[in-house]
Amino acid sequence: MFPPLFYIFAAITLLFGVMVIASRNPVTSALSLAVSFVGLAALFVSLDAYFIGTIQVLVYAGAVMVLFLFIIMLLDIKAAEKLRPNYAAVAAAIILAGVLVIQVATVLTGFEAGRKSTADAALRPQQALAAMGDKALPTIANDLKDGVLPDTKLMGLQLYHKYAFHLQIVGLLLLVGTVGVVVLSKKESSPKGGRE
Amino acid sequence: MITLNHYLFVSGALFSLGLAGVVIRRNILVLYMCLEMMLSAANLALVAFSRFHLVDGLPDYTAQALVFFTITVAAAEVAVGLAIIVAVYRAKNSIDVESVTKMHG
Repeated sequence: MFPPLFYIFAAITLLFGVMVIASRNPVTSALSLAVSFVGLAALFVSLDAYFIGTIQVLVYAGAVMVLFLFIIMLLDIKAAEKLRPNYAAVAAAIILAGVLVIQVATVLTGFEAGRKSTADAALRPQQALAAMGDKALPTIANDLKDGVLPDTKLMGLQLYHKYAFHLQIVGLLLLVGTVGVVVLSKKESSPKGGRE
Repeated sequence: MITLNHYLFVSGALFSLGLAGVVIRRNILVLYMCLEMMLSAANLALVAFSRFHLVDGLPDYTAQALVFFTITVAAAEVAVGLAIIVAVYRAKNSIDVESVTKMHG
């Protein structure tokens, strides 16, 4: 990837991440988080993970953030803006985050395997084609022959071949989640005819 | 040159930001957003490792399948979590974390 682009998107991700924490208004926090997620999606695309980048935008920056904004709209944000931060907690959090970042940086300076760039670990479609042999699906084989990465097709192959069962379990989880949300948000009614 | 370490550092920084947010903020909703940020930071590390661990010249798609499942579970978790926040708000009439002290010993 063109190096300045990496720095731009990493800066967008991190600066808007700071905005999420620093802003008083929850709506500003939610919108900053959406922008931060878009920056993160750009980083995913720079790692040749086009499918993951796309669902990051669709699911996180789209669906999840709209859900957050919807709930912020439903609840009273006026009172929340008056909440005073606990200054001891702020100091503790800054020290904690600082120590964690320094720790990560220290570990990474000694991490030899992490020194390779995308050019060192270039994708080799021809080698992949040779490794797949005759078992390769025609659509994937054609893309590999042209030297492009069929990212979404390979993801689909992985999800529906290797993880087909897991995919159905996740579908069941989403169903259970939907039922749970309905149960949780139903108004409780006492035998005497309702509390509210 | 952009190396794997660059991506891992961004991932670590994003995770610490989310952690700091969870400690600092008192608004349950913002706290929840910070949790999402930490999850995404883990996803970035996974995708970065998947790209640099080549299997036959292609990225390791096992890691990306895991990221796919993480995002799906996170979406379900957000839906349930926000429903719980709405239920807490109905009971306490506040979205301050310190208003929820029923299990305080």
